Amino acid sequence: MFGILASVIDGILVGAVYGLAAMGLTLIWGVMNVINLAHGAIIVIGMFLLYIIVYSLGLHPYVAIPAMIVFGFLFGIVLYWIAVHRVIGQAELMSLLSTFAVNMVLIGLGTAVWSTSPYNVPVSMPSISLHGYTFTGTHITAAIMAVVIAGLLYVLLYHTRIGKAVRAVANNREAAELTGIPTTQVLAMAFGLGVALAGVSGTLIATLFPFTVLSGDAYQLKSFVVTVLGGLGNPAGALLGGVALGLIEGLATPFMPVSWIPVVEFGLFVFCLIAFPRGIFSFTKA
Amino acid sequence: MWRRPFPWLIVVAALLFALVPYFTNDVGMRESLLLAAIYIILASNLNLMIGYAGYVNFGNIVFFGLGGYICLYLVTAWHVHVIVAALIGGVAVSAVALLFGTGILRLRGAFFALATIGVNQAVQQLVVNFEPWGGATGIYLSLDSYKPFGGPMQALWWMYLLIVLLTAASMLLSYVIKNSKFGLGLIAIGQNEDAAAVLGVPTARYKALVYSASAFLPAMAGGLYFFKSGIIEPGAAFNLEQSIEAIVMLMLGGAGTILGPALGAVLYEEMRGILLTTQYLSHFQLVIAGVLLLIIVQFVPGGLLGWLHRLWPRTRGWLQ
Repeated sequence: MFGILASVIDGILVGAVYGLAAMGLTLIWGVMNVINLAHGAIIVIGMFLLYIIVYSLGLHPYVAIPAMIVFGFLFGIVLYWIAVHRVIGQAELMSLLSTFAVNMVLIGLGTAVWSTSPYNVPVSMPSISLHGYTFTGTHITAAIMAVVIAGLLYVLLYHTRIGKAVRAVANNREAAELTGIPTTQVLAMAFGLGVALAGVSGTLIATLFPFTVLSGDAYQLKSFVVTVLGGLGNPAGALLGGVALGLIEGLATPFMPVSWIPVVEFGLFVFCLIAFPRGIFSFTKA
Repeated sequence: MWRRPFPWLIVVAALLFALVPYFTNDVGMRESLLLAAIYIILASNLNLMIGYAGYVNFGNIVFFGLGGYICLYLVTAWHVHVIVAALIGGVAVSAVALLFGTGILRLRGAFFALATIGVNQAVQQLVVNFEPWGGATGIYLSLDSYKPFGGPMQALWWMYLLIVLLTAASMLLSYVIKNSKFGLGLIAIGQNEDAAAVLGVPTARYKALVYSASAFLPAMAGGLYFFKSGIIEPGAAFNLEQSIEAIVMLMLGGAGTILGPALGAVLYEEMRGILLTTQYLSHFQLVIAGVLLLIIVQFVPGGLLGWLHRLWPRTRGWLQ
């Protein structure tokens, strides 16, 4: 019995990190109506930043987290100007293709540098044992950090002037522009924030599991599932959606072969999209 | 329709495609043209969805893979002739698409695009776990399967000719649809779905129909292609990357035109060949394709034909 509880708890811990990843996706989606298909590649950047920090620079693994936030933010602003700015407000196909092109370039460069072989960064943290089950310290730390970063994002969005500007632009860009908000800068900043969140979640995931240059795809799809569960453009819903996905994975693990879990996930994804296009945890009316 | 020059142009091009490698007996040329033909089939059928109806289908490759699986399963387990098996595969996949399309086509824009990724991944994972279809290892053909054609060598030529036939059929399908009431309705949906519905276009039915129509020829091509390869496995059959390469091709040539996707497919295939065989560039194939796509999307969203049409408006009439 405790075995199931243990896998559920572990699922929730990992789910918080999925939620953080999805938050990056949903923020960009909500503010500028762009689905960032480079999301997975950015998660991979976060993973390899951890690898560089630990092995090339010899620093403590958790130094990578503030480093990734700063780097991700700047990188996101650059990406915004290269790939996103010209396609905002155009047909969806354009922004999907544009961000997908960025994804191809990043994955291509990553494959050329690191090939597609697996990497692993062992992070040693004290773990907690209960009834013979061990909860690893890295999982607990990652979940706590995910929740803290999500909280900081909430404060930024709802209790600062910058956050107010972001929300105003998300609501109605023309009206925001009329009231004197520099909407282009706000969009660039929101994109930078989204990229930073995706990158940090990648760094956290890399402290938990081994990774390759191609791991991003799986986490990108998980982010989509989470976003759909939590409601599009809803950062608080994303965290809930992430925990829900982690819970499903944790609950399913003892009962079915591992190879069936993706079937359940993607089936659930398509089902939720059709049944609840605005998300299960979304409280806004159509 | 045969009074216009355009369909004849397609027939002549297909004949050249089929006969030049056959009479020169050039196997290398055949293989590269075969790949181009497959790309044309994928891109021009995808164009029905993206270019005409304005719905982004990221998981278009699921038709190709499913068609391949059904065909190879029928050939190995039931000893059905491959042409019949491919036909059954095409019809079955189209029927599934019609059923499924009525569900997921309720979604609009980006939601639909995401759902198509989900469908492809779900089907892939399902097949990985589906034992009758060989699970993760897939289905292998024995050499006996090629006996009806008088040996593997002849079978390869047959498959090539049949795939060229499907390529011509794809182009003609694009042409016929574009010049029909159905096509007009689709283009109206692509421009403004609500307005189209108000003006009496049966949007739900048209969308499901075009989704199903865009599945038929790729599914048959999948059957023939994987029969030719002699093996099918989930990774190769439901490769999301290939699906997106098809989008790059049709954007390169010009979405919504008939010749554009074919032109884009051939150009992309040539470029890929050059990149893969050049020593320093082979690692950067993906990077260069990405940069190319980025440039097209940002600066020439109409693709090659759109650009030509803008440069010389007269070409609009005959270069569709």
